[in-house]
Amino acid sequence: MSTVFKPTGPAAMPLRFAVPIGGVAGTSFKPEHLADILEAGPRRGFFEVHAENYMGDGGPPHRALEAIRRDHPLSLHGVCMSIGGPRPLDKAHLARFRGLVARYQPALVSEHLAWSTHETSFFNDLLPLPYTEATLACVCDHIDQVQEAIRRPLLLENPSTYVAFRETAMRETEFIRAIAERTGCGLLLDVNNVFVSATNHGTSALDYLADFPLSRVQEIHLAGHAEQADDEGEALLIDSHDGPVADAVWKLYEIVIQRRGAVPTLIEWDSKIPNWPVLQAEAAAAQAILDRHQATAFAEERHAA
Amino acid sequence: MRPEPGLSFAAAFAPALLDPARSTPAIVTGPNGKSANRRYDVYRNNVTVSLIDALAAVYPAVQRITGTEFFRAMARVHVRSNPPTSPLLFEYGREFPAFIETYEHAQDMPWLADVAHIERAWLDAYHAADASPLSPARLSAVPPDRLADVVFVPHPAARCLRSQYAAVTIFAANRDDASVMRIDASTPEDALITRPEFDVTVHRLPPGGAVFADSLMSGQSLGEAAASALDAGPGFDLAANLAGLIEAGAFISLACGDPS
Repeated sequence: MSTVFKPTGPAAMPLRFAVPIGGVAGTSFKPEHLADILEAGPRRGFFEVHAENYMGDGGPPHRALEAIRRDHPLSLHGVCMSIGGPRPLDKAHLARFRGLVARYQPALVSEHLAWSTHETSFFNDLLPLPYTEATLACVCDHIDQVQEAIRRPLLLENPSTYVAFRETAMRETEFIRAIAERTGCGLLLDVNNVFVSATNHGTSALDYLADFPLSRVQEIHLAGHAEQADDEGEALLIDSHDGPVADAVWKLYEIVIQRRGAVPTLIEWDSKIPNWPVLQAEAAAAQAILDRHQATAFAEERHAA
Repeated sequence: MRPEPGLSFAAAFAPALLDPARSTPAIVTGPNGKSANRRYDVYRNNVTVSLIDALAAVYPAVQRITGTEFFRAMARVHVRSNPPTSPLLFEYGREFPAFIETYEHAQDMPWLADVAHIERAWLDAYHAADASPLSPARLSAVPPDRLADVVFVPHPAARCLRSQYAAVTIFAANRDDASVMRIDASTPEDALITRPEFDVTVHRLPPGGAVFADSLMSGQSLGEAAASALDAGPGFDLAANLAGLIEAGAFISLACGDPS
């Protein structure tokens, strides 16, 4: 490990607040697209990677990420920190995450409101949690630790869920707002997750967005979903990231951008990965919506100043 | 360890994820009194399928040999009894070759576990730390009377594996979409896996080469390693084997041991 991640104490890593990258659309970076991306040269936008895929010591993954990072802003998206779980954070994993932040200086750093590890088992899925005072305190404590380690605010992503917990005592939006207020973290709003969860729980995506602390949103995710059926034969949407963004999600996205102004937006596509031009076209569709609302962002910034 | 009050949800939620015999945890529900069975099954499915996919990503040649259906059935058994303990999925599946060895439906493929060992070593080499391989000129610069004391530092990506079967040939024939060919599986083959720059290469070692490579990579001196290799097979070609290991990028540096 030491050859890649220079061991630095907390004091040695300076506070960093990345320069905002503005209202640009990005895509997941997939190694199979590397040659196409490099051949086309620097482009407007950004690339997002799953942090865990770059936690090896060396080899082709780091070479590819260095090549991408040379000409583009990067978004580092953690998938396995288990921030929503009751167990203490994995210190070794946190150190690896911090090492990637220090090495690649990403413009955006995010993780999930979910858990994936229990006892000694890693389940490789974003598992749900009940929303109570006890879990709120635990999640905030974990985010404090992450932000202390990476020396900058983290963006926390809203989950897509399939079940509810009997003990849940507050709305998800209320829970997320409280986290942002207590920890100062930013938010990553996954609009597809909003749509998937609202459908699965028989609630309104528009109500969710109306109640969501949009001013805290620093990044947006858009992705495709799949449809199955629940025990009653009604639609159960699966957050599958394996296809184009659904029309209903594009509509919600435009509503969000109208209200929030242009913020970095990612097209997330993680399986059945299409050719680079297809992914690029999805990003261009998001960029067109962002560009229609760039003025809103400026207005909001001036207002805030 | 008992969770804090109000934080026992994970202990209640987790056990059924990899155990289809367990019912849906009572702590979860669907909305408006709906059932949660198929809803919870989404999590069971995500966990099991993604972990089988993770094994398939580590062991593509094993999957090509067995066929997808056989592989996924075998992997499912392993995933349920041996879920990962690290969130880094490229570290997963270290016990899979040993599992294959004992898997009852794979008993007519006694070489399959050795192919899996090579694939696991391939991925470790892929993610290993970057390092420049030893230049052959470094060895030429050692005075002849000190050669026997030379000790080599192995490259972080270098691995040596031995097989009673033609594991290297079977591996190489199944790592890509090459056409099917007949292989005499009974020829013992030893593998050297290296990644001098960015491409992982699997070499077939000449007879006696594995004893020699293993000895050098575990820190024995050139003299000791040569003696072990000659003990194992009197026809051992020292010069060719040493040149082959250096050329393959098995080492990053050398030290002349002090004769004292």
